[in-house]
Amino acid sequence: MKHIFKVTSVLAAISAIWIGLLQTSLLPPNYTWLLPIYLVVALGCYGLFMVGIGLMFFPTCPQEAVLLQQDIVEAKEFLSKNGVDVASD
Amino acid sequence: MEERKDELQTKGKEKEVKYSIIVPTYNERLNIALIIYLIFKHLRDVEFEVIVVDDGSPDGTQDIVKQLQQVYGEDRILLRARPRKLGLGTAYAHGLKHARGDFVVIMDADLSHHPKYLPSFIRKQKETGANIVTGTRYVKNGGVHGWNLMRKLTSRGANVLAQTLLWPGVSDLTGSFRLYERSVLEDLVTSCVSKGYVFQMEMIVRATRKGYRVEEVPITFVDRVFGSSKLGGSEIVEYLKGLVYLLFTT
Repeated sequence: MKHIFKVTSVLAAISAIWIGLLQTSLLPPNYTWLLPIYLVVALGCYGLFMVGIGLMFFPTCPQEAVLLQQDIVEAKEFLSKNGVDVASD
Repeated sequence: MEERKDELQTKGKEKEVKYSIIVPTYNERLNIALIIYLIFKHLRDVEFEVIVVDDGSPDGTQDIVKQLQQVYGEDRILLRARPRKLGLGTAYAHGLKHARGDFVVIMDADLSHHPKYLPSFIRKQKETGANIVTGTRYVKNGGVHGWNLMRKLTSRGANVLAQTLLWPGVSDLTGSFRLYERSVLEDLVTSCVSKGYVFQMEMIVRATRKGYRVEEVPITFVDRVFGSSKLGGSEIVEYLKGLVYLLFTT
């Protein structure tokens, strides 16, 4: 099944619950009408929160740049000894 | 680190090639030599070949590859050039045609992908029997160096958006350091039509949809040893269009 169908069925299920809540008045109707907006806002907040967390704990590796420079020196040494031109362009 | 030329050259002849490493290049005269040295250094007892797909580089990349063939052997390093820049997807397809291995690794030539991770890709595939092993920069033992705050922000924002919309099952969608089972790569390359890094996303999302087993290994990514690549407004628009395309067609 295509992914978009999965997404629309989830949205359809949520809509069904919302309409159900409107019909049966388990919650006050004026509150129920605003539920979709609360859901969208909550989703937005969750997204921003995930971006923030990801940014805070973004894995970095400064030592890798150093190791890479060492590897480059080692490689250039071997290659020039074996007849490969390693001049930078 | 002294290795006799004939030792390096005979390994390929004695054994079957199990891993084909496809490296698309354009103006990577220095980097291709460095990367090939590092590949041979880290895959000492592995039966592999390197396939360089060069798109007619004006800087003499192909001449350097020929020099490397003299050192490592013409059956360990294959040069399969093309007349001009013809795109990444077709570069993989072109390399695949000449690949002898059961497994195909794709990686960038600019040293952002370090060959020292190749053994961990191979090990992960053997342990799990995965169809695809993809490198991820966004987990604990992985990482990125050389990105400023803005770049990290766009990367993280893009990732959260893609996870929410696509449920891809991998943590790093745009990465291009991957090991594929050969038949799986052949299947995916024919099914994917996007360009650029959206192509990488399409490959891994379609793989998940088709039920292929995808595993991840941490990798570190040092962005452009000599200078930093920029991410502009048009790339962001292209990315969003790619997401919507993948949302509706996968």
